Amino acid sequence: MSRFIVRRFLSVIPTLFIIVTLSFFLIRLAPGGPFSGEKKLPPEIMANIMRKYHMDEPLVNQYFRYIGDVLHFDLGPSYRYKDQTVNDLIGNAFPVSILLGTLALGTALVLGTIVGITSALKQNKWQDYAAMSVAVLGISVPAFVVGPILMLIFALKLKWLPTSGWLSSRAGALTLIMPIITLMMPYFAYIARMSRGSLIEVMRSDYVRTARAKGLKEGVVIRKHVLKGAMLPIVTYLGPAFSGIITGSVVVEQIFVIPGIGRIFVQSALNRDYTVIMGDVIVYSIILIAANFVVDILYGLLDPRISYK
Amino acid sequence: MTDDVILQVKDLKAYFKLDEGLLKAVDGVSFDLRKGETLGIVGESGSGKSVTNLAIMKLIPSPPGHIAGGEVVFMGDDILKMPDDGIRKIRGNKISMIFQDPMTCLNPFLKISTQMIETIVLHQGLDKAAAKAKAVEMLKLAGIPAPEKRIDQYPHQFSGGMRQRVMIAMALSCEPEILIADEPTTALDVTIQAQILELINELSERLGTAVILITHSLGVVAGMCDSICVMYAGRIVERGTADEIFSDPKHPYTQGLIKSVPRLDKVSTQRLYSIPGQPPNVINLPDCCPFFPRCERAMDVCKTKYPKVAELGDKRTVACWLYGEGK
Ligand SMILES: Nc1ncnc2c1ncn2[C@@H]1O[C@H](COP(=O)(O)OP(=O)(O)O)[C@@H](O)[C@H]1O
Ligand code: SF4
Ligand SMILES: [Mg+2]
Repeated sequence: MSRFIVRRFLSVIPTLFIIVTLSFFLIRLAPGGPFSGEKKLPPEIMANIMRKYHMDEPLVNQYFRYIGDVLHFDLGPSYRYKDQTVNDLIGNAFPVSILLGTLALGTALVLGTIVGITSALKQNKWQDYAAMSVAVLGISVPAFVVGPILMLIFALKLKWLPTSGWLSSRAGALTLIMPIITLMMPYFAYIARMSRGSLIEVMRSDYVRTARAKGLKEGVVIRKHVLKGAMLPIVTYLGPAFSGIITGSVVVEQIFVIPGIGRIFVQSALNRDYTVIMGDVIVYSIILIAANFVVDILYGLLDPRISYK
Repeated sequence: MTDDVILQVKDLKAYFKLDEGLLKAVDGVSFDLRKGETLGIVGESGSGKSVTNLAIMKLIPSPPGHIAGGEVVFMGDDILKMPDDGIRKIRGNKISMIFQDPMTCLNPFLKISTQMIETIVLHQGLDKAAAKAKAVEMLKLAGIPAPEKRIDQYPHQFSGGMRQRVMIAMALSCEPEILIADEPTTALDVTIQAQILELINELSERLGTAVILITHSLGVVAGMCDSICVMYAGRIVERGTADEIFSDPKHPYTQGLIKSVPRLDKVSTQRLYSIPGQPPNVINLPDCCPFFPRCERAMDVCKTKYPKVAELGDKRTVACWLYGEGK
C-alpha cells in the first residue's frame, strides 16, 4: 500500500510538468498581453515594465526562469495587482473555493444517495418518478440558469437570502445557501441517478439472492449486502466530481460574487495576467490529481478484491 | 407412506409479465419430496427448473414475476400463504439453496465468516463465537482445508470449486430438511463436478437432508437420485423413480435426453446424439404438446391439445398422447 502511494505520487510529477509547460506556451498564443489593455503607455515606460518582469527576454528563458521559481513554490508576482503575489492571491481564494466545493459535494452526496436509495426501493412508484424527474432537471439545467432564478426568487422577491457575498459579509452563513444549491444541482442529480441504477442492479445480483435465500430480513439484506457494493461506483465518481465541482465553481463564483479561485481565474484570463492563470492551472491540476488519488486509495480500502502492490 | 412426505408441490404456476406477453415459466408443476429423498429435476435450459425452485422459496423476482397459483406444502403448511416472517424462518433454516455460479453467489465484500455466521446466528440463536465454531466445523465437513484460517478470507481468495464447497457448508449449516441445488456443478470444471456431487450426496445422507437436484443433464442425476422429474416448457412431462426413467423412459423427450447422455460403456464412433430443434418460446404458447415440433412420433392431436397426464403407477406419470386414455 505505501509503495503504491509513493509510486503514484512520483508519477504525478511528470504529469504536472507537462501541464505547466503546455499552459505556459498556450496562454501566450492568445492575442494581447497583461499590459495591452491599459491606455497607451509611453514606450520607455513600457520597456521598463517589460524589463522588470523579464518579459524582454526570449520566451525559453522566461520559461526556465518560471519553472525554477515554481520549484521553489514561488508562483511569481501578479502583473495586474501590482502589490500582490500569485501566492497571496491564490492563498486567500483557495480556502474559499475548497470550502464551497466541499460543502456542495457533501450536500450532493448525502441528498443524492438518499434520493437514489428511496427511488430504488420504490422502483416505478410515484416517489421514484418524482425523484428521477428532479434529477433530469438537475442535470440538464445549467448553473447560469439555476443561479439567477434562485437569486430572483429568494433574494430579490422574498428577500430571505442575500444576493451575493461571502462568510465575512454581514449575512454570514446565509450567503452559502444559494451558491451551494446552484453548484451541487448537477452532482446531486447525477449521484441520485447513479445510486438508483447501481442499487437496482445489485438488488438483482446473485449474491443478494443468496442473502434473501438465507432468510435475512429485507432491511438487513439492503444494509449488509446491497449498500456497499452499490455505493462503490459513487466513490469512484467522487474524484472527478470533486475536481469538476471546484473548476465548475467558476460560474457560481461569478454569479454570487464569491472571492474564490474561480473568480480569480476568470479575471486573470481576461487580463492576460499570465502568472495568475498559470498559478490557477497548477492549483486546478493538483486538485484533480489529488482527488483521483484519494479515490483510488479509498476504493482499495472498500473493495477487498483490489490489492495495491 | 404420505406421512414421510415433507414437501408437496401442487399445480404450481409462476408467470412473468413481460413486454412481449405473458411468459408461463412454470405452468402447473406437481411433485412430492420425501424425507431424505434425492429428487432430480431435469430439462433443457429455459424449461423452468430454476423458477420452480425459486417459487418454492417465494423468491421469484417481482416484478416482473409472480406466482399465479398452486400450493407448496412444507410440513403441513402452505409456504405461499405464509406471512413474510414465517417464510424467513424457513429460508436458509429448513430449506436451503445453492446456485449455479459460485463465483457470483457469495458477497464479494464480506468475509466468509460474516456470511456464514449471520445465517447461523439468525436461525439457531447461537452467539457469534459459537456460530463461528459451527461454521468452521461445516467448512471442514465440506472439505475445505485449514478452515480456521480460510473462514476469515474473502470469496475471491477461493477457487470456483472451493466456493461451491463454501456455499454447501453455508447452506447445510442449519441442518435443513431440504437442500435445493440448482445446477451446482454446471459452472465448474469437469474434474471438480464429480467431487461436488459426491460431497452433496455424502453430507445430505449424513444430515438426513432431502435434496432437490436441478440439472440439464441426465448424466448428472444418474447415480444420485431416487426419483426424477423431467421438465419441458414449464411442465413436468414425466416422472418416476430413477430406475424407471432410465430403464423404461416413456416420453419421447425423456428418450431423447437419455440418448444424448455420453456413455462410457459403449465406445461409439458416431457423434453424440442431440434432440433436434430448439425448446419452444413459452410466451403466449398455444394449447398443444410443446414438444411436437421436435417429436418423431407427433400425431395430429398433439398440435391442438396438451396431453392428459397418464398415471402409469405409483408416482409414475407421463404427459404424452401416446399413453393413457389417448391411446
Ligand atoms: N427474472 C426473469 N425475468 C423474465 N423471465 C425470466 C426470469 N427468470 C426466468 N425467466 C424465464 O423463465 C423461463 C424459465 O427459466 P428458468 O427457470 O431459469 O429455466 P431453467 O430450466 O434453465 O432453470 C425462461 O424462459 C426464462 O427466460
Ligand atoms: S404428445 Fe405427441 S408430440 Fe408430445 S411427446 Fe407425445 S407424441 Fe410427441
Ligand atoms: Mg436454471
